[in-house]
This record gives sequence, structure tokens and C-alpha cells, in this order.
Amino acid sequence: MLSVTDLSVRYGAISAIRGVSLAIDEGELVALVGVNGAGKTTTLAAIAGALKPHQGTIAFQGEPIHGRPPEAIMRKGVALVPEGRDILPSLSVEENLRLGAFVRHSRSEYQSDLAQMIELFPILGQRLRQAGGTLSGGEQQQLAIARALMSHPRLLMLDEPSLGLSPVLVDQVFELIGRLRGRGVTILLVEQNVERTLQIADRAYLLRTGRIEAEGTPDHIRSAVDVEGVYLGDHGRMQP
Amino acid sequence: MITLDFIVNALSLGSTYALLALGMVIVYGILNLVNFAFGELLMITGYSLFVLSIGPRLPWVVMAVLAVGVAVLTSYLTERAAFRPVREHSPTAMLITSFAVSTLLQNAALLIISPRARGVPLPKLFSMSARVLGQDLPIRNLLAIATSLLLLGLLVLLLRRTVLGIALRAASDNFRMTRLLGVPANLVISVAFAISGLLAGVVGLFWVGRTASVTPTIGAAPLLVAFVATVIGGMRSLAGAVVGGYIYGIVFSMIGILLPPGMMEFREAFMFIVVILILLFRPEGLIRGAYSTKRVG
Repeated sequence: MLSVTDLSVRYGAISAIRGVSLAIDEGELVALVGVNGAGKTTTLAAIAGALKPHQGTIAFQGEPIHGRPPEAIMRKGVALVPEGRDILPSLSVEENLRLGAFVRHSRSEYQSDLAQMIELFPILGQRLRQAGGTLSGGEQQQLAIARALMSHPRLLMLDEPSLGLSPVLVDQVFELIGRLRGRGVTILLVEQNVERTLQIADRAYLLRTGRIEAEGTPDHIRSAVDVEGVYLGDHGRMQP
Repeated sequence: MITLDFIVNALSLGSTYALLALGMVIVYGILNLVNFAFGELLMITGYSLFVLSIGPRLPWVVMAVLAVGVAVLTSYLTERAAFRPVREHSPTAMLITSFAVSTLLQNAALLIISPRARGVPLPKLFSMSARVLGQDLPIRNLLAIATSLLLLGLLVLLLRRTVLGIALRAASDNFRMTRLLGVPANLVISVAFAISGLLAGVVGLFWVGRTASVTPTIGAAPLLVAFVATVIGGMRSLAGAVVGGYIYGIVFSMIGILLPPGMMEFREAFMFIVVILILLFRPEGLIRGAYSTKRVG
């Protein structure tokens, strides 16, 4: 469904990622793990079109999308829930969701999608008229995911969805990702919470200083992470 | 002495200033561009009225609608031709471009028409007054208030009730995220420029209506007014622009009646003292909008 080949992105003279290649099949949940600064967010932003690649190709359903503007890539069905959630603060919760459905046109469909999101995230139903900027971190994360789902994405990219959330909310987010996967949504997940991510992922990639260091089954990545953890003097868990 | 006449006068000034500030902020909020060619849109409106008055006699309302249409079109075309090509470069490039567009339009008027003032047609209504509560109120001022309120109302409807309007507000919150939701950058920016042109055009009708004439440099004063009103109200918020415009108009009128006649020529200086005081206490303007630093990419 998505294939990224030899992707490089630079910020000025500094390379953020170099020669990254990865592939996702329909219905898969693929995780991208690595320490802070490894280039995970950059990779997602480049796929979504928010950053222009310096080199390499990105193809979605066989069609090249690298260098296209973000709105065109979104129209093809690639949705990004960015790190920090990027809720539109002065818009109400409902307006945030309405814009999530911008690429869809039917009004009746919008109403039923909205009802479905409220069922999935009851707290949003209570906050529909409230400004997005006044929501708590957990509520904003739910809104950001709901907003992305409103576009019926073929590929959903989640960047650190559990960042800054309380343990209870982290549980909820991982449970939700599991449910979305059950509904057949293809997901590319970036997370710091490596162990929990590997528990639900089909496959994973380990990024280190802008390069893919390892790829394969969760078990394979787990051992690669362990090696890295020993190397960094921390057993089993990656620290930022 | 606060009379009904004074209140109507202050409100009509405030209304036109509010529209000016709004026309400026609607573009600034999305592009972080202070469009220095904004004043020239009022000039274009004036010259359109002048040119239309040469040909076959049309009813004034038709000429006015056409003239405002020309302002909208000019605003849209300057974005397409001048701002879009430099948008992805530095903000300074866009700022300099806006100076270039301003100079170009002014000189075009200078060369094609004349450096001297040209008369514009006005409806009889503009020079008539209505008797309300024993006072003669200029109908031009009443019309300015009514038109501004109508336009503001329509804009609020557009921004609150339509998906396009929500997208416009979203773009000034966070343009990058708005695009990631599938909203085309070009659409939002074109609409913002068209609205900016509409507001400038409507104000332009009243602006040239004061002196019934138009000159190539007529755009300088409204540009300054728009800029100062936005600074008072807050550059980041559409509501702030409206508030800033009304405050500017009302305070300016107050200074006009408070100053002794001999000091009238220092009216602007006193106005700027008020602006400095406001900025001392509220450096971000009276209304702080959503914080946004995201650039257009």
C-alpha cells in the first residue's frame, strides 16, 4: 500500500533521515520505533507531504506522492495525527471534526460519521461546542484521532499518540489502536512506548540517527532494542 | 458635546475603519503578510467609478457594484501573479513584493490616468441628510454604518456556518495542520484575498465619497488606518481587528471635539499618543488571538 524507498530529508545542511526505506501492506499495523531525534516524526511528515524530501521516492497504492502538497496526499487517503496533536485551538470540537471531513462531501454521511465518533469518544460528544484549545491533553488526543478518522483514511499515521497522557489514558489509546486495527484500518504508528507498541504491531522498524537499523517481527525488533539498550546502559527499555 | 450627530459620525468612522482592519487581518492571519498594496485596492475602486462614469450612464448602484468587483478581482489577481510565486520563500520576500505591487498600481494610475485628482460620481443620497430627533444626520454616515454592519454580519455567517469559513479560521490558527486535513492552501488564500478586496472596495466607495475625487496616492491613508487599527486590536484575531477599527474611529472623533480648534492640526499626534498608551499596557493588542507561528510551506 505504501512504499518508501531511499528517503532522505534535510533541514538546511543537516540530514534528519538518510536512505530510509519501508513498506506497509493493506490492513497492517506497522510500528516505527527509536529514541528521540532518530527521525520518526520527520519520516511521517515527509510521507504526509508536510516536508519535502531531499531524495528518494514515496508511493501510495502504486502512485508516486513525494513532493506533492499535503492536501493532495490527504485526498488520496493518508491521514496524519501529528505529534502534539495540533488541535485547531479557536475552533470548536465540532468544527475540528467538520474540517476532518473536509475531503468528504456528503452531508448525511458527515452526520452519521459524527455520531459514530461520539459513540467511539463519548467525551467529545459532551464537548462539541467547546473550543478545541480548552480541552485537556487526553481529550485533545481523542479529538485528533477522531478528526483524522472523519476523513475515512486508508492509511492512518499516528505520531506519539500516548505522549503526555496519564497511564489510564495511555491504556485507552492503545486499546483504541487495537480496535481500529480490528476494523481494518492500516496504521503506521510512531511511539516511545516501545514495549506496548511491539505487543500490538504486526511488524516494526527501528530507526537510529536517521537510518533504519532493524526491521522485522516485533520479537526481532525487541532483541535489536535490547542490544541497543545494553549499549546505552539501560536494559530492555529505551530512554529518550 | 456628545450629540447624536457626533455618535453617528464616530460610529460611521469606526465602521469603515473596522472593515479596513478586517481586510488587512484576514490576509495577515493566514500568510503573516502585511499587505502594503491594500490601500491601492481603495484607489482602484475610486478609479473604476471614475472610468465607469465616462461611458454610458449607468445607475450609481450598478457602478458601485462593478467598482467593488474590480477591487475584488485586483486583490485576487495580485495574489495569483505576485504573492503566490514567492510564498514559499522568506516572509520578507512577500513583504517586499507587496511594496512592489503597491508602487506598480500607483504608477499605473499615474501614467494611464493622471497625477491630478479625478472626480467620481456619487449618488444624491451621499450629500443629503435625514432629520432624526431634531438633528440633521448625513445619510452617507448612516449608510456607512448600515453597510458595515451588514458586511460584518455576512462575514460572521460565512466564517461560522460554512465549511469554507471554518477552513479560513483554521488556516489562521494553524495553516500547516489545516492543509494536512486536506484543505487546499491556494483555495484558502485566494478566498482570503477576495474577501480582503471586497472589504477594501466597499470602504473605497465611502472613502472617495468624502471628497468625491480620487488620486493615485489615495491609498496611503487607509493603509495606515488599517495598520494602526490592527495593532490596537491585535494582529492575530479577526474580532480584534473589528474592535481596533471601532476604537480608532471613536477615539479619533473624540479627540476631534476635545481639542481646541487651534490644535486641530495635531489631531493625528494625539491619536498616536493613545495608540502608544494602549501598546504600553497591551503590547499584543487588545484581543489576543490563537498563538500561531507556523509558516506557510
